[in-house]
Amino acid sequence: MSLVSDAAQKTTPLYGEHLRLGAKMIPFGDWIMPVQYSSIMEEHQAVRNDVGVFDISHMGQLVATGPKAGGWLNEMLTNNTGKLEAGSGQYTFLLNENGGIIDDLIVYRTGPEEYLLVVNASGTEGDFAWLNERLIDDVKLENRSAEYGGLAIQGPRVIELFQAFFGNEVELPARNQIKAFDYNGTKLTIARTGYTGEDGVEVFFPATDATMVWNEVLEKGKALGIRPCGLGARDTLRLEMCYPLNGSDLSPKRNPIEAGLGFFVDLKKPKFIGRDVLVAAKEKGTAERLVAVRMKAKGPPPRPHYPVSREGERIGELTSGTLSPSLNQGIGMAYISSAHAGVGTELEIEIRGQKFPAIIEKKPLYKKS
Amino acid sequence: MNVPDDLFYTESHEWVRREGENARVGITDHAQAELTDVVYVELPKVGAQAEARGQIAVVESVKAASDIYAPVKGTVIEVNKALESNPALINTDPFGEGWIFVLKMDSPDDVKKLKDAAAYRAAIG
Repeated sequence: MSLVSDAAQKTTPLYGEHLRLGAKMIPFGDWIMPVQYSSIMEEHQAVRNDVGVFDISHMGQLVATGPKAGGWLNEMLTNNTGKLEAGSGQYTFLLNENGGIIDDLIVYRTGPEEYLLVVNASGTEGDFAWLNERLIDDVKLENRSAEYGGLAIQGPRVIELFQAFFGNEVELPARNQIKAFDYNGTKLTIARTGYTGEDGVEVFFPATDATMVWNEVLEKGKALGIRPCGLGARDTLRLEMCYPLNGSDLSPKRNPIEAGLGFFVDLKKPKFIGRDVLVAAKEKGTAERLVAVRMKAKGPPPRPHYPVSREGERIGELTSGTLSPSLNQGIGMAYISSAHAGVGTELEIEIRGQKFPAIIEKKPLYKKS
Repeated sequence: MNVPDDLFYTESHEWVRREGENARVGITDHAQAELTDVVYVELPKVGAQAEARGQIAVVESVKAASDIYAPVKGTVIEVNKALESNPALINTDPFGEGWIFVLKMDSPDDVKKLKDAAAYRAAIG
């Protein structure tokens, strides 16, 4: 076998902590990030059963301010920012003129005239440039990514961890809400969101305080069974929930309707970039659809780009795939021609020249019992 | 990292135990530690002809599929069926229960072209 070595790239403020914990580091876009500390399986189970912490300092933070910021963002993004009260957020898309997905992100209204966009690491520069080119008077847009560190703390025991920080009287923000808390001389901006299907938060703070916050979380979480978790577990957790990964399941050639994410597009809005294409996609349907698949028998795990066929005819390919640690079965997502994209459809997935039976499942693939 | 003295090694992290005319093959402790969580092993077929450094099996972790290469030229005479139901044996006992296949070597002296334990230890730092 061959083992890949790392070429040094962009690092987060927690790089030294990851090395100290013995993490295996891999390139991820421009970044070098931990893929696992001990075992993807164990990290995955920690999040499903107790609590896990992920370094998400690589993610981007763009801040839009000004009296017209909300109205302007509503024309740049698919979901309806007009519905956001101060202190709340929503999942949304940044589209190109063809309705293709530039990025998926969460936009928070952090003040009456202030919005925080948390974007994918690989999208940060491009998103900022795209938005800047379309900026209007009276809106200020800043790329503040370098100033912030971030952690995702995910799992059913997150509330207990929060109480260990702030006592039993203080309440966690509700689902999709965001709030700032003072802690140990720093400001923690805490949002009740995540990418795992478990209860959890994403926390942002000044990059200079990253090591302190990370170590406080690990120390206070020790009694709760906390584990540091890498990109490996992040991928298995999100894929069990069928949350898309930009660059794999989403791309500038795919629109949110064919990705099955029309819920986060408000077609009632009179104007936003890509609207016409999405209206047509919604009315006429799309040639392909992103579906969830499960392998029917034990076998090699499915992987991105494996061909998908039905009765010998090629009908698509996987965009994501892994062995699900929770189900102990191969799972994935694939764009399939819409004629064959119904739940319950039997498929074959080709792995190294051999075909293995699979079935289209309802999303999400993992349901908490 | 465990590197037993009585085995031979490849640059691609396979180990070889010479058993007379035969070579028992697996992946090293270092390799399994890098992979972690082996979840599937695609075994070679008994009777398959193996070329030295030719791809012969696949070991899959949650994250990736890794090719396994035949350390020497020969014929596959035995495969470790236990890995079909318990691929994690590669993690728990890489030099023992986690062996992958046995080759009948065309030229048993070929093992002398492989690394000894000291050279492999130096290679993995």
